[in-house]
Amino acid sequence: MSKRFGKQLLAGPYLFWMIAFTIIPLIMMGVKGLTDSQGNFTLNNLMAMGNPVNSQALILSLELSLISTVLCLLLAYPLALILRNMGSGSNSLIVFLFVLPMWMNFLLRTFAWQTLLEKEGVINGLLSALGLPGINIINTPAAIVLGMVYNFLPFMVLPLYNALAKISDDVINAAHDLGANRAQTLVRVLIPQSLPGIISGITMVFVPALTTFVISDILGGAKILLIGNVIEQQFTVSYDWNTGAGLSIVLMIFVLASMALLNIFDKNGEGTVL
Amino acid sequence: MKRRMTALLLAALMVLALAGCGGGNSGSEEVVYVYNWGEYIDESVIPQFEEETGIKVVYDTFETNEAMYPIIEQGQAVYDVVCPSDYMIQKMIANDLLAEINFDNIPNLQYIGQAYMDASQGFDPENKYSVPYTWGTVGILYNTTMVDEPITSWSVLWDEKYSGEILMQKSVRDAFAVALAYQGHSINSTNQDEILAARDLLIEQKPLVQAYVIDQVRDKMIGNEAAIGVIYSGEYLYCKEENPDLAYVVPEEGSCLWFDSWVIPKNAENKENAEKFIDFLCRPDIALKNFEYITYATANTGAMEQIDEETLNDVGIFADQETMDRCEVFTWLGEETEAFYNECWTQVLAE
Repeated sequence: MSKRFGKQLLAGPYLFWMIAFTIIPLIMMGVKGLTDSQGNFTLNNLMAMGNPVNSQALILSLELSLISTVLCLLLAYPLALILRNMGSGSNSLIVFLFVLPMWMNFLLRTFAWQTLLEKEGVINGLLSALGLPGINIINTPAAIVLGMVYNFLPFMVLPLYNALAKISDDVINAAHDLGANRAQTLVRVLIPQSLPGIISGITMVFVPALTTFVISDILGGAKILLIGNVIEQQFTVSYDWNTGAGLSIVLMIFVLASMALLNIFDKNGEGTVL
Repeated sequence: MKRRMTALLLAALMVLALAGCGGGNSGSEEVVYVYNWGEYIDESVIPQFEEETGIKVVYDTFETNEAMYPIIEQGQAVYDVVCPSDYMIQKMIANDLLAEINFDNIPNLQYIGQAYMDASQGFDPENKYSVPYTWGTVGILYNTTMVDEPITSWSVLWDEKYSGEILMQKSVRDAFAVALAYQGHSINSTNQDEILAARDLLIEQKPLVQAYVIDQVRDKMIGNEAAIGVIYSGEYLYCKEENPDLAYVVPEEGSCLWFDSWVIPKNAENKENAEKFIDFLCRPDIALKNFEYITYATANTGAMEQIDEETLNDVGIFADQETMDRCEVFTWLGEETEAFYNECWTQVLAE
């Protein structure tokens, strides 16, 4: 009995953490989102998403985060495969180098991209020194996608690598013995077996990309309004927390819906965050 | 109206720190809680004040008026002395958040120029709640090597010639002030047709705009990233020192005249210490120190006597009477009009 109680006591801090920083804020958001400034019940804050400005921003956010997620997956999968084939030991340096930039603050790294991409920035300086034409993607959606891919790529690589490393060499050898070539092994063995990692990677990239407002602000020159920016404006500039919370709830529904969709593919339920 | 990036980073930390130490006025030690813009005071002034008065200063910073307001309104942290801008002071007075200052405790008020006290009456009608700290105009900073003609009008911000070379303020009131002034309307317009027309002008301008930024106008202009930027006059002196090609003008159509002034919130726990702090800042030698550090024009005539002629006569830094007459001080427009402005601004950004 007392042993059991001791175990339960260990869960205390987590319980406190979740209640204080997840459950209570969620309830507060729900209350704000479903009331007007006088505190009366209303659905207007949720309906605000239907306003053309907000729905446009949501659609653009969905587009850009989808593109970023696909790009991350395409870039990360080969890397995760390479890491897996290198076996443990020699790959640790590469993983280390890959994670190293994450030691630096996210905001600073994004500002660094601004400096790199600017008209008079580092990249254009190098290009013009080589006599090449400059690139001009700063303050465009392309720069935002670049920022998203750069910032969220490690979140795709790590779960993919974990999932691939778990696949036993014997399985791959068996596939080869049974006459599968490399491509067939990839499509019919490796990808299905690493599906939980793929699903988890997609969620880890798609969700922060969908909700970001910092990347679009810094690399988009505030000329491109994503749904995250709309919500941020409601909270900071307009000081309308009710509408801000209402829009956040709708956005959260979109996030949950996309995760539910992914869950259909991940039958084992190993990889998902929820 | 100082808005610098470091402040944003610091603010996050400060708020956290405050949660721990705010409110608690431990023991008998005299203390004053100060809430100011980032990089808006000479750092050596604080220890000097502590040494001379024995009052400990707890100093925090904010980045925008809008970020400061809810903290004071909801009493998330209790401050004794705060430095908001004109229209925000008016809003705080309207919502009964400010205490009347006891000017008997601020003898150095004599050094604050009467002209600035008079102009402050636009937002503090009886000069009861605020003491001017810095002031200036909003205007156009431009690079003389990239712009051929001398700029005199806001119209240059709609000139196709400068497509991609224009930086606008990412702040609803400032952006609309530009469009409203350009059309010859008051920057405090509450007329919906005028505001909608201004919105359409800003949408029309958007393809020409390189970026909507706040603090970065300064750095981008210094780095030759853009030819023209809308900026606060307070940044001009610093910009000119870093890049001599930059010039500043307040367009002929008029513009915004702004003030950042010290106020005492109603819930302040150390009101007398706050008054001592304000009095200290009004001392000419301290005001001069602060001017030299932050480069925003001071309202302190005692300090102005010690500033060199060239700086004092630069209408970009210290606007002359003629410029001030062309300009208007922002006033608070009430919740409804404010919401309408915000809605129009979101439409501009979303376009």
